[in-house]
Amino acid sequence: MARAESLRIAHLDSFIAVYHRSSGITHLITAPAPEILATLGEAGMSLAALGERLAQDYELGDLDESALAARLDELVAAGLVSIA
Amino acid sequence: MGFRIGSDWRAPIAQLEALYADYPKPHDGVPDFTVRLFAARPWRRFLRPAVMIGGDFVLPEAAPLPLAQGLLAAEMGMNLQMALGQRRYLLLHASVVERDGRALVMTGISGAGKSTLAALLGARGWRLMGDEFALLDPETGLIHAFPRLISLKNEAIGVAERAVAGGQFGPLLAGTPKGDIRHLVPNGAAIAAMDASAMPAVLLFPRFGFAAAERDVAPSEVFVRLTQASTNYVTLGERGFDALTRFVKTVPARAIDYPDTESAIAQVEALWAAL
Repeated sequence: MARAESLRIAHLDSFIAVYHRSSGITHLITAPAPEILATLGEAGMSLAALGERLAQDYELGDLDESALAARLDELVAAGLVSIA
Repeated sequence: MGFRIGSDWRAPIAQLEALYADYPKPHDGVPDFTVRLFAARPWRRFLRPAVMIGGDFVLPEAAPLPLAQGLLAAEMGMNLQMALGQRRYLLLHASVVERDGRALVMTGISGAGKSTLAALLGARGWRLMGDEFALLDPETGLIHAFPRLISLKNEAIGVAERAVAGGQFGPLLAGTPKGDIRHLVPNGAAIAAMDASAMPAVLLFPRFGFAAAERDVAPSEVFVRLTQASTNYVTLGERGFDALTRFVKTVPARAIDYPDTESAIAQVEALWAAL
């Protein structure tokens, strides 16, 4: 999976505004969605690799992979993450 | 910004000509938008006349207004053309006044008092830039002036009549869908400087009818409220997103509650002095 192409991102405060060029829809997201998008990047990676990177970068210790999968499903439903 | 107004009747046009008498004609003689006021049915032009609003853009559900409110129909028609047809600027439903080259933008729901405050500040040394729309330029971040007639509603009519000495008012339009309405012509300074834009210095969310109070408004809340206050945010796409996020990140925002207009003016002056 990978971050959707053509996202425009503006940091406001604890919320981040994301403009999705393909759909023209504006999203307002908050943690952990911005961190997931930033880590995934447009190149993308597997769920396991993503969990590993997030745990490492944000010192999460034992990451709950099912919770991460649920957040990813939401981002996929919003069109912000694509499944390769 | 120029408008071409057509009407099946003479009366609304005569009222518009009187109230917009001091305004310049479009620079190149070419109007940007067309508004047409026409009879709901041909025979209604003479029997119990009702005014329908048309133009470059139309709202099919817009209710006809009685001819006595033809001036209101023309003003609503001009607002409608701007709201739906404007592509150059991000339009925010807000009033704007300027002092020292910087703009104070006021937005909020209908009845919050943004028109009244703009009218009163306009009579106290501020330059009225607009009572209905703030025109935000995506290229520069500047607010452009659009000082159309100030639309005063219900209690605000009396407040403005007392506060604006020598003001030129239009006819009282009683019993419109928004209650009683009376238009106030912006003063000569506002009309003379309508080509002068200004950088926004502060965004206010005024709210009438509460004890005086103030709070900061978080950028994300401002962003959401301004997407709702914009009539063409979606149409502008990425330009609208960039213009709005830039505005939200650079312009401080305050919400003020006020019990009466005198309190509001004092709160605005204190806030402005503290910038």
